[in-house]
Amino acid sequence: MSFTIQGRGISKGQGSGELLKSSEPISFLSGVDPQTGVVVENGHPLQGKSIAGKVLAFPYGKGSTVGSYVIYALKRNEKSPVAIINIDAETIIAVGAIIADIPMIDRLEKNIFDVDDGTNIIVDGDLGTAIIEQ
Amino acid sequence: MYLDSEDESILNGEYGETRQKMMEILLALGKVFNAENLVPITSAQISGASYKTIGEWGLEWLNNLDARVAVPSILNPIGMPRESWRDIGISTEFAENQNKVIKAYKRLGIKMECTCTPYYLNITNYGDHLAWSESSAVSYANSVIGARTNREGGPSALAAAMIGKTPNYGLHLFKNRMPEITIEVESGSGVHSGHYGAIGYLAGKIAGNKIPFLTNIRPSRDQLKALGAAMAASGAVALYHVKGITPETKLPTFKTEPVEKVVIEQSEIESLFEKSDVDAVAVGCPHCSPDELSRLASLLEGKKTTKTFFVFVAKGVKDSNMGYVSKIEKSGAKVVEDTCIVVSPAMDVFDTVMVDSGKAFAYVPNMCGCNVRIGTLEECVLAATS
Repeated sequence: MSFTIQGRGISKGQGSGELLKSSEPISFLSGVDPQTGVVVENGHPLQGKSIAGKVLAFPYGKGSTVGSYVIYALKRNEKSPVAIINIDAETIIAVGAIIADIPMIDRLEKNIFDVDDGTNIIVDGDLGTAIIEQ
Repeated sequence: MYLDSEDESILNGEYGETRQKMMEILLALGKVFNAENLVPITSAQISGASYKTIGEWGLEWLNNLDARVAVPSILNPIGMPRESWRDIGISTEFAENQNKVIKAYKRLGIKMECTCTPYYLNITNYGDHLAWSESSAVSYANSVIGARTNREGGPSALAAAMIGKTPNYGLHLFKNRMPEITIEVESGSGVHSGHYGAIGYLAGKIAGNKIPFLTNIRPSRDQLKALGAAMAASGAVALYHVKGITPETKLPTFKTEPVEKVVIEQSEIESLFEKSDVDAVAVGCPHCSPDELSRLASLLEGKKTTKTFFVFVAKGVKDSNMGYVSKIEKSGAKVVEDTCIVVSPAMDVFDTVMVDSGKAFAYVPNMCGCNVRIGTLEECVLAATS
């Protein structure tokens, strides 16, 4: 069984993997280790977890605009998410996803946060869709 | 967002991979900010010029780009003067990394000027659309010149520079440029009542991210520069208006007198000027104008500095004002290009730095890790020579 949620494409390409959700915004600069892909921000809901290879869903980015380059660094270190889903895209994450060639979508018509972590998701940045495979 | 046929071709990769990526960035920003179209720009000023900021990954990204900018473009100040970095105690390692970043930008066709005052080097006109990054330059362009720019990040400014356009949202639209708060400055006769860096420091804290409408002051262009730079540092002010002075306040369609009103009292201004011992003095934040260099040359005539005195300036302005520069340096002061009080590691070694800038006053304690004292230009010269 699978179903599709329509959203808006921000960065093109396709990526699939297990869903990892964060209820809190993410600061990539100083919040995520570019060498390991592990969230290091103190008190963050994902602290200690790796975002590498995941379909990463979070509300939006926060912190320094240099975070865009950290997303690029994660990709070059092969520790980046395979796709990004935001509630509302902002500049830091949108630019980071584009320069790192990571598919990204936002403004989904149904709440992705109702889907369980670990569910396989296929994100299509060209069509702006997320296919939930349950 | 509407794209014309050439924009579409760029997006489809017909002008190469780099331009395609840059168009993708502009398109994404257009979506994020609900822009209806792209607007042509006349120049760009690109941040992310310091190696300290962008690091090895930013540098690698730049090195992989393969296109040149489509409009005149310059860089933000960097951590050191490109040529004379040894003179201000910069380490070889820092200089080598910084030079790699500069080379990467040069390859993209960016003019080798690193300054927060691009308006002294490229003619910038009322109504021009721009993609500028540095907060005081953005403030000056919007407010004093009446040009239009949002505050761009490094990659978005570079994308705009390579495409020659930027998404049409925010401060590019006249309807978003109306004042939201009135700030009345109490006039006084105190020695510091005309210090626009200090006034801006206070006004920025009041305005936050609102567009302020300042009344009861009559600043000159250099004073407007100091005022706006400070407001952009202590607040997030990218555009301000001064009643009867800045160009858009003279338009019949301009809506004045926001309901919310705050008064800055003279005593608040005076209280910023504490007296303390200083071990260095630095001016040129934002970078000095030719007039400011001229004033400094007169003030320093016949004097000798007794402590480190830095004067920061754009290289182009320094080169075309060597008469003033040599008079200033005769006193022992150093006129330094490409870098500034805020971004240079050369400032980190002092205990207390005296500045004439409201912007530096806001940033020095956190960014340089030292104490800061504010004074007029005359007081700065006095402190540096006594």
